[in-house]
Amino acid sequence: MAERVDRAVLDVSKLPTVGFGMHSITWWGIMGMMAIEGMVFLLMIASYFYLHSRSVEWPPHRNPPDLFWGTLNLGLFLVSIIPNEWYRRRARKGDLRAVRLGLVILSLFGIANVVVRYFELWHLNTDWSIDAYGSAVWTLMGLHVLHLLTDLVDTLVLTTLFFTTLVEGKRFQDAEENAAYWYFVVGFWVPIYLVIYWAPRWLHA
Amino acid sequence: MSEKLGQLSFWLFFVGFNVTFFPMHLVGLRGMPRRVYTYPPNMGWTQLNQIESLGYILLFLSVCILLWNMFKSARSGAIAGPNPWNAGTLEWATTSPPPCYNFLHLPTVNGREAIWDAAPNQPVVVGLDEDARSFLTTRTLDAEPDGRDEFPSPSIWPFLAAVATSLAFIGSIFTPWGITIGAIPVAITMIAWFWPKRQPAERRRAREIWQSE
Repeated sequence: MAERVDRAVLDVSKLPTVGFGMHSITWWGIMGMMAIEGMVFLLMIASYFYLHSRSVEWPPHRNPPDLFWGTLNLGLFLVSIIPNEWYRRRARKGDLRAVRLGLVILSLFGIANVVVRYFELWHLNTDWSIDAYGSAVWTLMGLHVLHLLTDLVDTLVLTTLFFTTLVEGKRFQDAEENAAYWYFVVGFWVPIYLVIYWAPRWLHA
Repeated sequence: MSEKLGQLSFWLFFVGFNVTFFPMHLVGLRGMPRRVYTYPPNMGWTQLNQIESLGYILLFLSVCILLWNMFKSARSGAIAGPNPWNAGTLEWATTSPPPCYNFLHLPTVNGREAIWDAAPNQPVVVGLDEDARSFLTTRTLDAEPDGRDEFPSPSIWPFLAAVATSLAFIGSIFTPWGITIGAIPVAITMIAWFWPKRQPAERRRAREIWQSE
């Protein structure tokens, strides 16, 4: 910038405009969001076990959720980590082709996860409004559905954007942070899966 | 503002406050509940409550003097400079009243008391874009300059997102569908808010510098 200042200056014109991780302000935003939402998950898990401690039979008078669809989703989530980590690293290098491919793959994973999740909801073997157990299961599941859908929409929008001419460094930051958010969705599915599907079986034994 | 009147209103307030509120502890110990305005005459609380009322008059006088002081100074007082108390923090470094942009050049600081700690020729920041709402980011702990970023330009979408969110929550009072169906307009407005504009995107891309890893 050709600006004249008649005093000592600190010239920042050579500082980067594209940074990842702690250098990106939106990264701090998404980390804060994960901290808050992660705490909500933990509180819901705690509520689940609190309600269990107040019940004689768990689940009351019905079968625990069917294992198949939930376990299938766990498998899908865990496999999706591989392309997720790959395009996250390529985003930091500004590799347009890799990020496009990675986002398409993760969009497909997201869609598959949502389809499987739909069947999961039909096999929970409980209504949400029937008693405390039903509410605990559905609230925990609902929270995870919320984040799954949010990240899927996020990924679909980013994928579309990456096939336009609007791509710039900031969008690679978005891609990297979208991958970080996917880790949050996958990471919390492991304990939630154990609570929803296995806690009733183990606690029953 | 007049120092003399200021002292007077301070002391009236200080004494008045304690005369008003301290006896409340005592009547409380004697069994008077909070926030009642009437009680039978034989409860033994009357004298202390009368003292409280007296304290309140002092408070009232103090505030009247303060208002008078403000009114008089606004009409015919000396104008305060940008930093009348020779304070050390950055908000006193700009002119009074401050311009809407606060500082023509972003100042740098050497410590918490920025004005007191300033070197004789303390540098100012240059090199931020002048045609965008460019800002400087710093490292988390030592606050060394780290990068440049930019605020988005004004947009109607955040407002529409707020309206959509309000509708979703108001709807949820009446039916759970308020959340599920209501989330759709929220998502649409958020996406439109996020979606980049061509011109700024091209300007940023032309100038961007990637962080070296």
